Order: sequence, then structure tokens, then C-alpha cells
Amino acid sequence: MSATFLGLPPFPEAARSAVGDSRTRHNLHKATHTIRGKRDAVVGELGDDWRRLRAEGERIKTHTLRHLDHHLERLEESVHRAGGTVHWAADAAEANEIVTELVRRTGETEVVKVKSMATQEIELNGALEAAGITAYETDLAELIVQLGEDLPSHILVPAIHLARSQIREIFLDRMSEWGVPAPPGLTDDPHALAEAARVHLRELFLRAKVAVSGANFAVADSGTLVVLESEGNGRMCLTLPETLISVVGIEKVVPTWSDLEVFMQLLPRSSTGERMNPYTSTWSGVTPGDGPRDFHLVLLDNGRTDVLADTVGRQALRCIRCSACLNICPVYERTGGHAYGSVYPGPIGAILTPQLRGMSSEVDRALPYASSLCGACYDVCPVAIDIPEVLVHLRERVAEGPGHLGEKAVMAGAEAVFGSAGALDAVQRAAGLVGGDLPRHLPGQAGKWTDTRDVPDVPAESFRQWWKQRGKGQR
Amino acid sequence: MNGADVRGGSGGAMGSRGRVLARVRAALADVPADDPVTPPPGEGYAESHFEGEALEVLVDRLLDYRALVERVPEAALPERIAASLERRGAARVAVASGVPREWLSRVTARQLTDAPEAPLSVADLDACDGVVTGCALAVAETGTIVLDAGPDQGRRALTLVPDYHLCVVRADQVVDGVPGAVRLLDPARPLTWISGPSATSDIELDRVEGVHGPRTLEVLLVEPSD
Repeated sequence: MSATFLGLPPFPEAARSAVGDSRTRHNLHKATHTIRGKRDAVVGELGDDWRRLRAEGERIKTHTLRHLDHHLERLEESVHRAGGTVHWAADAAEANEIVTELVRRTGETEVVKVKSMATQEIELNGALEAAGITAYETDLAELIVQLGEDLPSHILVPAIHLARSQIREIFLDRMSEWGVPAPPGLTDDPHALAEAARVHLRELFLRAKVAVSGANFAVADSGTLVVLESEGNGRMCLTLPETLISVVGIEKVVPTWSDLEVFMQLLPRSSTGERMNPYTSTWSGVTPGDGPRDFHLVLLDNGRTDVLADTVGRQALRCIRCSACLNICPVYERTGGHAYGSVYPGPIGAILTPQLRGMSSEVDRALPYASSLCGACYDVCPVAIDIPEVLVHLRERVAEGPGHLGEKAVMAGAEAVFGSAGALDAVQRAAGLVGGDLPRHLPGQAGKWTDTRDVPDVPAESFRQWWKQRGKGQR
Repeated sequence: MNGADVRGGSGGAMGSRGRVLARVRAALADVPADDPVTPPPGEGYAESHFEGEALEVLVDRLLDYRALVERVPEAALPERIAASLERRGAARVAVASGVPREWLSRVTARQLTDAPEAPLSVADLDACDGVVTGCALAVAETGTIVLDAGPDQGRRALTLVPDYHLCVVRADQVVDGVPGAVRLLDPARPLTWISGPSATSDIELDRVEGVHGPRTLEVLLVEPSD
């Protein structure tokens, strides 16, 4: 059974219970601080050139988005020329239909999967399951999440909320239901856990006939797809099966092969904090005698064109899914990824998800507020997405919508009071008289504010009153 | 969608292809018609970011990834290949048909040759203890070896299934940084960039080596004997 984000509570509620989970907070603190240190070290190595690479990454992505139609048509043509087939999916349902039909045509009932955010987003595994096809996640963290019937909580390391001892328990309890069981004496040593995953998946890799992947980049001029990974599960899926289906968001296109000069430096250093990730595979269509004989590229919209239409919000489509913004975020560090109620958690999720899904649900309307606007996410973003700018922009869009009448009335009242010296004086006198009798927690809607903050002490007299009295006494 | 056309209704004018492209164009209404498709050049960036000798940097980076590395004079290469395989205890070794014969002249292990006209099965590869290849190039700054399925490397499965990869890198194949590598590589060929043995950071974001790809990577860095 694949888990789903559907029906989770909005961020403030989810965050409240998440911060109470001390074990998860401990796990997240440890992991995010480990990765921050590694990222800082390898980014620091590049000195001032990091700034130039970042500007170049921003420039390429921004310009590509401005001519996205042109680059997508070129990509389609290049992939076709290299022997691949290109499909277009306007939404998740179409993408799932296309992939399901492609798998059905092979006659196979199982597929191996390379970790992919796009297929998480469209909930492909559930769609395949409904069609009687089993999708096996092969990335270690995705495997942990799938075995544990859990939800991903991080873009790069979906099982970041789990400690090694919890992973050991999941392996011991669940591996046997899916295939090769965990060895009985399994310890929580990461080497032993990695070895258990190797043994569990090995035979599956060697027999699999169909693989499903995403891609980090799709190069328009050469028709090349690029997958960065660490474990070799990606290479297994991209090389051994006969049929390969890659589901790729339309924003993943880059115009030219040489653009990889920039992104192959920005991405590994920002994501795993390595100079280079262990394995990167690139392929253009099919190569006779080497790898899959049949290659399908499914280009996915699923709300991306809505993001593109917002001239402030479209910068979110520059994202290369490195997850540096999650790792640095003080909010993410405390709440974890599940609280965001979305496949894309953290700062990037707070701006991407509400734009992709539209802001019709309470969960999506709450996301632009899941931030203290400290700006650390912008500082570390390798393609310079100004996340705070987009958050504020989306808050404006939320506030323009219905459901904020009370707030608007309060603001109108404040405008009247602060706009007139007499009115302000009267209000301050009244408040001074009530003084310490004000409740610490305000009732009704105002209670949302006082739940997390103290009502300030009201002084017995205002500054203006004090100034007047002082003047009289001295004269 | 019907079975005959799986392409998301791309045939019709307003099939999914047309719909997506129309939405993209509508979303970009703010972009002036004369906005150039090719952007003006940016500020540029460096070729690499280290001082010192590229070969030393490459060795340092490979060791950092827990790969095994040895600098070898050209004349001693056949002997060192044989010694590495013996140290490893490799009895069955896969090789691509284009691997230079002299490389393997001292090897006593059984050699299984993978040729385009006679490829080894996955089971054959799984039964091999290791694989010996050359490479397309190596990147000093990042400790990366790139394979392009050339004759001395073979198809991708060859360097993936066996648990031990012995890779020969010639000194003149080493470039300083990533930009230089991208410029030399041909995107039409299937490429595999390898930086150390397979690894994972998925448990508490701590790196451990050895998952699905070869768990041991050994590099022989060959320099002219003179």
C-alpha cells in the first residue's frame, strides 16, 4: 500500500505535533547539521567562483524558462532523433495512464524505480498498484519509506526523519514481505544496513525488464537525460532493463550540453556536500547493444505552467532539487518534512507546492506562512531562488482571497486610530486604565496570535502623556 | 487514451502536446516577442579551483572517496594489473574486447571477453569477480572518472555488475576541472561518471561506501616511463 499526503492537517497544526516529537527532532538536528558542515566545506573550496557559478546557473535557468516552449520542442526532436519516444502529460492522471500503458505493453507486472520526485508527485506507485503492477523503489531511503509504509520527508533523503535503529527495525519487520528478507542478526551499523539493501535488491535488479526513472536534467540540443545518484541503483535501473520510462517535469530542460559545466558543479556540492556524487549517468535515446532497447520520455506539466504564469513565482521552477534550503532552514529542522503535507517540503516546498496545486485547500494556503522569512534558504540556493520574496508574494495572494475579513477589519481599525492623534490618545488612555487587567491570552481569532506570544504589558501612561506632564513640572 | 496511441493524445491539434505547449506560451505572455532565445553571455567561471599538480590532486580526491590508487610507470602496467587482480583474489575477470592485449599479458585469472557480437549474459557478469577497463577521461578536481563505453571500456553493464572495478587512467587523460571534461565528452554516447565506489548518505546523512555498484574501485594512474 503506498501512503499519501492527502488529508494531512495544515502546517500550523502538523508542526505543533511534530515539534513535540523529540526523537524526530533529534534525528533531524543531527542530519541537517552534518550536511550543512559538508556543504559549507565544498562550497568554500570554490571561493568567489561559487558566486559566479550560481549566477550562471540562475541565468541559464531563467532564460530557459522564458523560452520553454522552444526548448521543449528541441528536446522532443533530439530525443526522437536519438531513438527515444516522447510523450506529453498535462497532469498526473495522464502521466500515470501513459506509464501504466507502456508497462502493460511489455507484459511485465513489476518495475524497478530510480528515486524520482516527479513520480512521487504524481503518485505513480499507487496508480501502478491499481493496475496490478508492483513498483519497487531501489534508492535506499525510498526503500526504507516504501517498506515502512511511510511518507518521504526530504527531497534528497526521504527517510531523514529516521535513525539507524528505526531503519534496522523496518528492515527486519518488512523486507521479507517484498522479497529477500533481512539477515536475522542485522545490526544498526550503516554498513550492515547498506549491505542488507544490496542483498535485498540484487536479484530484482538482475531480473527486471522495465525501469522507471526521473531525471535531474534533460538537454535540449543533444536529447540527453542526466541522473545523479550515489548507490548504483540508478545505474542498475538505467542499464539492465529492456525498457526505460523517464518521467520528467518540463522545467528540467536545459538548452545545451555545455550547460552541464555549471550544473555538475552546483548540484553535488549543494545536495550531498560532495565535490562530485559517486555516479552520474547520461544517455541520449537508445544505444544498440548497450542498455535499454526501448526508451520513453514522459514530459510532465501537472501545474508547472501555472507556476510559469506567475512572473514572481516562476523562479521556483529554477529549482534543481538539491535540498540545501531544507538543510539550512530553522523551521524545517524543527518540524521535519511531513508537516508541510507535500512531496516537496521545506522552503522550496512552501513556495512550489501551493503554486503547483493552486491555493484552494487550507494546507496549501498555510504553506507560504511556514517560514520565519530569515532568508537562509535564499543564501544557499545554488540557482538563487529568492524564496522569501516568493513567500511574501504568495502571502499577498492568500490575503487577497476570502477568509481574511477579520484581519482586514482589524487593519482598517488600526489605520483609523494611528491616522489621528486624538483617536490614538483616547485609545492609549483607555488601555492605560485597563493596564495589567488585560488577559494573557486573547479570545477568538486573536488567540492564534497569543498562543505563541505574550501580550505585552500596557504602561499606565503613554509617552505623549508622560511628555506633557514632564513639561508642566519643569516650567 | 487508447492502446494504439500511448502518446497522451499527441496526434490531435489539441492533444496533450498541444495543450501543454499552448499553456506554456500563454504563461509567457510577458516575454517580448524579440527576446533572444540565446541569452547574452554571462560573467563566466573558472576552469578549476585548485593549485598544484593535477595528478596529485586526482590521487588525493580518489583516496578521499576511499578508492584504491596507485601511480604506475607505463612499462610496469601489465605487471601491476596482474598484481592488483591477484591481491584482490579475482579468479574470473570481465574485459571488453577492445582492451589492449598487453594490459592483460601477465594476468593469470580467467578472462571473459565481452564483445558487441558476443555479449556476456548478466549471469556471466554476476559470476565475475571484477572488471578491467580504461576510461574516456578523468577530472582531477572532483576525483571523477568518466566512461564513454569506448572499446577499452565496453558497454555500461560491464562496469556495473562485478563488485570490483580496476580502471586504468593515462596521465594525458586527466583534465583539471568539470568544464574541461564536459567539453571533451560526446553526449551521444552513454556516459558514466564515477567518483569513488558506490556509496550512500541515506542513513543519518552520513556517507558509507559500498551499496549496489562496485564496492571497490581501484585506479592505476599511468605515467610515461621515460
